[in-house]
Amino acid sequence: MSTAEIDRQWTTKLRRKVAGKLPPEKLLPDTQPSYVASWIYVFGVATLASLGVVIFTGCILAIRGPQWWHGSSYGHFINSLHLWSVEIFFFTMVIHLWGKFAMAAWRGGRTLTWMTGVVTFLASIATAFTGYASQTNFDSQWITTQAKDGINATGAGAYFNVLNLGQMLMWHIVLLPIAAVVLTALHVVLVRIKGVVPPFEDDVKPATQKVAVGE
Amino acid sequence: MAAILSFAAIFPLNTLGHYIHWHWIYISVANLTVIILMVLTFVGALFLPFPGRRRRKENR
Amino acid sequence: MTKNAFRPDVDAPEWKGGHTPYDIIKEGTIALLVIALLTLILAIVFGSPDETAITIKSWSNAAPIDFATTALSELNGTSTSAAYGAPYNHNGSSQQIGPLQLEKWVGVRIPINAAQAFVIQPLKALPNEPTLDADLSQYTSASSATQTAWLNAYAKAANNMKFVKGQVVVNTTTAGPVPVMINDLTTMARSGALDQDLLNSSGFYTTDYTKPLLFLADGQYLGNLATEQHLGGDQWGMMNETGNYPGQAWLWLYTFWYQVPPFNSSASGDALVWGVMMVLSILLLLVPVIPGLRSVPRKLRIYRLIWREHYRDSGTS
Repeated sequence: MSTAEIDRQWTTKLRRKVAGKLPPEKLLPDTQPSYVASWIYVFGVATLASLGVVIFTGCILAIRGPQWWHGSSYGHFINSLHLWSVEIFFFTMVIHLWGKFAMAAWRGGRTLTWMTGVVTFLASIATAFTGYASQTNFDSQWITTQAKDGINATGAGAYFNVLNLGQMLMWHIVLLPIAAVVLTALHVVLVRIKGVVPPFEDDVKPATQKVAVGE
Repeated sequence: MAAILSFAAIFPLNTLGHYIHWHWIYISVANLTVIILMVLTFVGALFLPFPGRRRRKENR
Repeated sequence: MTKNAFRPDVDAPEWKGGHTPYDIIKEGTIALLVIALLTLILAIVFGSPDETAITIKSWSNAAPIDFATTALSELNGTSTSAAYGAPYNHNGSSQQIGPLQLEKWVGVRIPINAAQAFVIQPLKALPNEPTLDADLSQYTSASSATQTAWLNAYAKAANNMKFVKGQVVVNTTTAGPVPVMINDLTTMARSGALDQDLLNSSGFYTTDYTKPLLFLADGQYLGNLATEQHLGGDQWGMMNETGNYPGQAWLWLYTFWYQVPPFNSSASGDALVWGVMMVLSILLLLVPVIPGLRSVPRKLRIYRLIWREHYRDSGTS
């Protein structure tokens, strides 16, 4: 097999493209710019950690099924862990959003990073909704009978039937977690590729500034 | 101790909720607490000193 | 060759300063431990809510008159479900935003005939009820004018409905078989058989609670319990949780619109709120490309706090 033939392979081209954009030292860096010096920067990783706890506790609930927690004090405790990790997830994610807005973190070609973050936020709200719809208690009865009116008004209710527990549960434990994890991974990979956004330069003269140009 | 072994919550919040009604705003004490904590955490994150200043100065 | 002018809200200066050692795996591990510990503490201290689901059985036993009144509204087509329109039936007008009638355009995909689904078919399923079967036959074979006359007579008398010794009592003699149907349906509901019938009418296995939930929501009982727990739409309920637990504070903006005109009084309130939230979500998504909006962070100058060490060390004012 010749070198030219290997170079033409899809595998080779993909590997080189990926390794070029995200070499190991960018994927797992051992330094960071010295302007990263604020507690505001911890809320991204805190959100990731919360997502980890949400998924882990969700998996335990999935092992025993959707009714388990009503009749088992251990199951109810796992449900409590799942609920509070979701509260912490939204707590840290919104503070992360506030911080990134304050930094205008989309600058320097990071528009897609911002956008994947917003879509992940919206997907998280949808995931939380299907979770509340799957509780199999009074709260889920009320939430679904009310939410149906809003969702029906968009036309989506004909296909996304919030009163159908089976459908809501499968969206909650299969489709939306996959979407949330994929979107989160894309978001984090983009941060690793582009790096953390540099500070605004307050006293820079525009004509002399060497830039990382935004999109 | 018995409560922990039985997985029961120490201070379950199952009593009817407390709500604050101010003009057209109607919010639970629990939600207001969460929102206030978020704002305080954000402000704290902005103002609290971040450790490692000397190391960053050395690497400038 | 000169580059394009620097746009401070779009472009970022190239960082030529120093880097400090950074252990990303250690940071992630610490974050995971801290969050896990915080979650554990909150769960141990506060637990989580679990208000038991109500059933048609519990509803009809706790509030038999509300149940019987709701059953009548299903039979005479005046209940919320009966008159809903798409996606359940063709009986109501759909919500719209201007010329957009998305609900109607998608059409009836979850067909529910309220009178049949909630009253007639469940009663027909009861075994060994020859008197009831005869009444049902009398009702279903009558003309729609006759049915309407019976239903109107019953509805008028139902204003003084009583529940005495397990029987729904309505003082009328001109309502045909309707009093027996409503009374027998109430008895069926109070036994738990109606819960089962509404679920299993399409087969042994089901996870679809559309019928029992629509029936529950058509009555006052579910809504009254929700109002007690501050979950009503006009109570910012979307944000709230049962008991004293924090709810979904992130839905504050979505529920806000339901408190103010025109959303709180419009027949298309839900559609309007969704429309507004879609627009706002798209705006949030497109902040980086919207001039003016993307300048807000620079004008707010909160970043001066975040990067104060950098500005102090580099001597910029």
